[in-house]
Amino acid sequence: MAAAASMMPNFGQQISSKNDLVPDWTRQEVSTGTTIMAVEYDGGVVIGADSRTTTGAYIANRVTDKLTPIHDRIFCCRSGSAADTQAIADVVAYQLGFHSIELDEPPLVETAANLFRASCYRYREELMAGILVAGWDRRKGGQVYCVPIGGMLVRQPVSVGGSGSTYIYGFMDSNYKPGLSKDQCLELTAAALSLAMERDGSSGGVVRLASISEEGVERRVILGNQLPKFSTH
Amino acid sequence: MATLTVSRPPFGGFSFENCRRNAVLEGEANKVGCSLPAARKTGTTICGVVFKDGVVLGADTRATEGMVVADKNCSKIHYISPNIYCCGAGTAADTEMTTQIISSNLELHSLSTGRLPRVATANRMLKQMLFRYQGYIGAALVLGGVDCNGPHLYSIYPHGSTDKLPYVTMEVASLSSDWFLCSSCSGSGSLAAMAVFEDRYKPNMEEEEAKRLVRDAIAAGIFNDLGSGSNIDLCVITKGKVDYIRPHDEANKKGVRTGDYKYKRGTTGVLSKTVLDLEVVEETVQTMDTS
Repeated sequence: MAAAASMMPNFGQQISSKNDLVPDWTRQEVSTGTTIMAVEYDGGVVIGADSRTTTGAYIANRVTDKLTPIHDRIFCCRSGSAADTQAIADVVAYQLGFHSIELDEPPLVETAANLFRASCYRYREELMAGILVAGWDRRKGGQVYCVPIGGMLVRQPVSVGGSGSTYIYGFMDSNYKPGLSKDQCLELTAAALSLAMERDGSSGGVVRLASISEEGVERRVILGNQLPKFSTH
Repeated sequence: MATLTVSRPPFGGFSFENCRRNAVLEGEANKVGCSLPAARKTGTTICGVVFKDGVVLGADTRATEGMVVADKNCSKIHYISPNIYCCGAGTAADTEMTTQIISSNLELHSLSTGRLPRVATANRMLKQMLFRYQGYIGAALVLGGVDCNGPHLYSIYPHGSTDKLPYVTMEVASLSSDWFLCSSCSGSGSLAAMAVFEDRYKPNMEEEEAKRLVRDAIAAGIFNDLGSGSNIDLCVITKGKVDYIRPHDEANKKGVRTGDYKYKRGTTGVLSKTVLDLEVVEETVQTMDTS
């Protein structure tokens, strides 16, 4: 393969913020403190995300699109540092596009997930990126792969991620059943994201949904006032 | 016995060897009572808006060095290509050099492709460079332009993340005399500007309306943020035409002094006058070799 875009220069020294003889250069990074979710169904996947990007307490972008296309039928949901995830997604999209042209075939979702894992694991100390890779290919149909911070790779039928995901594990455990239809998946995703956005300060805005299948990609936006409502009292 | 020193091959990236020395020097300087000079920053308000036929970029004109205004009328809207301009907030040197580097590379790229450059290309080049430097280049940019696919507006953060939006504002909050930027709620420049945008932005505005909106947004930043001030510069980019209006609005004109401290000749009475002629003691000539 031709010169792969090298993502990180070889830093000779690593400055840790614990060394107090060196001034603290860190600044508030832009982070997608987020809720993301991906569900497999028979024939494809449904993915969803909120739309809030924060720098500290300020919302830098309230209509972010965290569902990034990597290839025609493969998407990734980004959480963590906005700069890191955008850079990794660009690199993987390039690598996957090149690989697909070499093969003369649409790439596998597992390949895309492995490319993400390779970057996230190699540079695990420098990066802060939690990614869900989801898509459809001819070999295995709809697949969801989870690449959390640290660079693990695991395939799961349903996966949630980001800071808001902690609030909906209970909801997911009780409401997900294998064998849901596409519309049931869309409803489940919208409901789960609304609940997380309600409770997590770093998640909010609109709900972006996408469903990926052999036919193609269908994208949808649910605005704030159209979100499913849950009452606590 | 002779000592052997093995020279290490130069590592890529920044060398932080002088940081310890700087910290010691700063401590010693503080003991004497003086402080080290701070890097000049544009504690700034910049913004951009997409309207019907193009984009309008706006910026204030104050550059600060700590709590002192270093430049009352600096130019924060930088040229990238004939159809793309970029506002810069953050460390003044970083925004200036980064935009110049990308402008140069984009011109070469444009000659190579034989096409007018696209805003997305400039965005990619900027974000990949800033990510490579992991946020150490303190450049927060608002990039806008019109290309074959229409008007586009991007906001680019120092760590290399970008957002594509119809209206954006950016500022830098200077906190201490240290030279790093922190964008949090203590920087009211962009928050004031964003408040104006959130209230009055409409898609597909006319040019005059868009210019008024940007002018008001920057004015909000100037009057509510200590790090922003002086005049308002605008840059209106449409298909085939760029209007670089500097200044668009002199929001802070220097006042005219109402009094005068000069005394008229003859105010002080002369009591006596003595004139001493200079006495020439010695005169020498020394020729200079001008060959």
